[in-house]
Amino acid sequence: MLLVLLLSPLLAGFVRKVKARLQRRIGPPLLQPYRDLARLLRKEVVLAQNASWLFRVIPYIIFAGTWVAAALIPTFRSGLLFSWSADLIAIIALLGSARFFLALAGLDVGTSFGGIGSSREVMIASLAEPAMLMIVFTLALVAGSTQLSTMAGYMLSSAVGLRVSLGLAVIALIMVAIAENARIPVDNPATHLELTMVHEAMVLEYSGRHLALIELSAWLKLLLYVSLIACLFAPWGLAGPEADSKMLAIGGVAYLAKLAVGGVLLAVFETVIAKMRVFRVPQFLGAALMLGLLATLLLFVSRSL
Amino acid sequence: MATLIETLPHQRKADHHRPWPRLIVGAEGWRLATGYLATGHLTLLGLWGDGPIVHMAVLDQRDVAVLSYECKKGTFPSVSTAHPPAGRMERAVRDLNGLNAVGAPDTRPWLDLGFWETGRPLGKGCAATKPAPYKFLPAEGEGLHQVAVGPVHASIIEPGHFRLTCNGEHVVRLEQRFGWTHKGVESLMAGSSLNKAAQLAGRVSGDSTVAYAWAFAQAVEAARQMQVPPRAIYLRALMAELERLANHFGDIGAVCNDASFAIMHAHCGILRERTLRAAHACFSHRLMMDRIVPGGVSNDLAPEGLAQIRALLEDAKLKFPRLVELYDNTASLQDRTVTSGIVRAELARQYGAGGYVGRASGRGFDARRAFAYAPYDTLIFEVPVLNAGDVDARVWIRIREVEQSMALIEQIMARLPNGAIRTPLAGNGQVREGVGFAEAFRGDVMVWLRLAGDGRVERCHLRDASWFQWPLLEAAIEDNIVADFPLCNKSFNCSYSGHDL
Repeated sequence: MLLVLLLSPLLAGFVRKVKARLQRRIGPPLLQPYRDLARLLRKEVVLAQNASWLFRVIPYIIFAGTWVAAALIPTFRSGLLFSWSADLIAIIALLGSARFFLALAGLDVGTSFGGIGSSREVMIASLAEPAMLMIVFTLALVAGSTQLSTMAGYMLSSAVGLRVSLGLAVIALIMVAIAENARIPVDNPATHLELTMVHEAMVLEYSGRHLALIELSAWLKLLLYVSLIACLFAPWGLAGPEADSKMLAIGGVAYLAKLAVGGVLLAVFETVIAKMRVFRVPQFLGAALMLGLLATLLLFVSRSL
Repeated sequence: MATLIETLPHQRKADHHRPWPRLIVGAEGWRLATGYLATGHLTLLGLWGDGPIVHMAVLDQRDVAVLSYECKKGTFPSVSTAHPPAGRMERAVRDLNGLNAVGAPDTRPWLDLGFWETGRPLGKGCAATKPAPYKFLPAEGEGLHQVAVGPVHASIIEPGHFRLTCNGEHVVRLEQRFGWTHKGVESLMAGSSLNKAAQLAGRVSGDSTVAYAWAFAQAVEAARQMQVPPRAIYLRALMAELERLANHFGDIGAVCNDASFAIMHAHCGILRERTLRAAHACFSHRLMMDRIVPGGVSNDLAPEGLAQIRALLEDAKLKFPRLVELYDNTASLQDRTVTSGIVRAELARQYGAGGYVGRASGRGFDARRAFAYAPYDTLIFEVPVLNAGDVDARVWIRIREVEQSMALIEQIMARLPNGAIRTPLAGNGQVREGVGFAEAFRGDVMVWLRLAGDGRVERCHLRDASWFQWPLLEAAIEDNIVADFPLCNKSFNCSYSGHDL
């Protein structure tokens, strides 16, 4: 659990750095996100006059929800301490409730930007979540379980082979991950333009330790999705439940390598594409939903596809 | 054939107003001119107050005239009733000079936000008044909500307030409000020496400092009927084209950055920086501020500067086409810029929009071509015109102008004559008036001034191209979505500082 907490700012810093290098900039140092967190934690919290108690509580709820969800994903070994307690659907539910509270926080202060951000976020979520569930169904049907450890174990076994439905599912999952993490082309995490923001618009009113928690949650979420994709579709090197220290070391190195590859791919993708218009986002996510649906249907038609 | 301007009934022509005439008109001439503006036979170039007189500059093809109307009891017949582009200028005249436009449809203050120490600073002056709360234009309908942006923005752009009335994501109406960068330039100009006034003119809008200084110098030289040495003329053009190059590079990148395509921004930023460094090497100032002075230029070209410019041009010729290709071939970027923020050609013509805003909407006006001031009368260049009027067209006009500017710089360097760079100012001890134009990267800058006998500036008016471009942004954004507003705004890139004065 601590591992994901410690690693997530590093991943965010890494993506930023790669993006900067691709644009021929030097970019901020890799450890900058940690420094940002330390700076924000030292600062006092400025609250809007009309902020309710909800506004103050929400950062903790979001952080707790995201952290638990992230901790449930097998990173370098399967058979986690808590994996009996929650499956993939629970992870989605945790993330969904975190988002629900974030949207509430955006509306709470009553600024127009917060409202715009929340409305856009909910619009995106209403399409991303069904797509995500479809992907889960596909995987569950293939692996015969919604437990992540079981799924990863099944994926590692030789029984899987090359399947069309899994191919569709991974594309859909990547699309959902981009939308959920507010990356280009759905949202721009680095923008300063209030009117184009989605995620940033909702957290405009936050400051100090509240903002630190929300930022950390966003980075955790990014790590979560990269880990999820790695665990489900590239589970190589994942140590089993009763692995020795050597296996664990291999698992750890493989995990870091997967994160790095994921980060580089994300940065490259974000560099070569411009942001899409807000009303193109439903089409983008609709495609993800359709891919997920198609993958599930294919499985019903034939178990071997 | 007599031009339309000459047929206007006028009481007399002002003495010593150069290079175009100034007609002193009565109510009849004023109304007739207003009618011609409304029918599109004349184009409005500016409207400003001068003591009890209100001046209006109009354009007829390539002829300019200044019409002067003496206000009795501080009122003049409103132009904006028939010709809306004059509306904001009339409101500014009232705020600054205290002259009221009779019958104007909009009587709200414009530049005076209620923070000034004295009201009507250019007129008689009065105690500052606390204005009534500003009433934004109403938009009624079910489900409409307002989004207020600015005047403090999240980035380091200038202050301006935008009130968007939206239905969900669709913009129903945009209303702008400016005045936060009002610095009282025209009040400071009055009574200042020519040197100080030239410096002030160069500080109206920092990114167009060369164009402002040039327009100011042209007005002074016209008023004093001075000859400028040929080398100074070419050096001025060199500075102006370098300034245009730097700003267009910056803008092309910035428009793409607002569509979150940061790589164009990074590469264009490099080109812009190289241009500024070349400018620094040539004229020992990155923005070339205070280098153009009435009578010539203050610094000669540094000998090593030409090599820097040549290196810049070679580099840009290599890299810029690849950037243009990248812009043209990125489908996701084209999807954002094509068909968003369309300015209709009729509006561009009615408002007399200059610069890339006008030229992207079919109005091919360029002060360098229309007034053919030296050295542009002998240089070969094209004025690109497109008809689409969207963000994409405004980017393409900039791209084409970058190419033209690079070709112009090469011509200037090849023809650069030797000789003096400055003629001493000739003071003839009499009141003289002059008008000057220069094409800034945004569009035409106009400077009108009256010099007193002792060589001081009595009254000077500077008009930025943005006066006629800002209102078009309000029209362009309608029916677009809220998230596209920053993109449209950046493609206009109007000046706040030049507008607020």
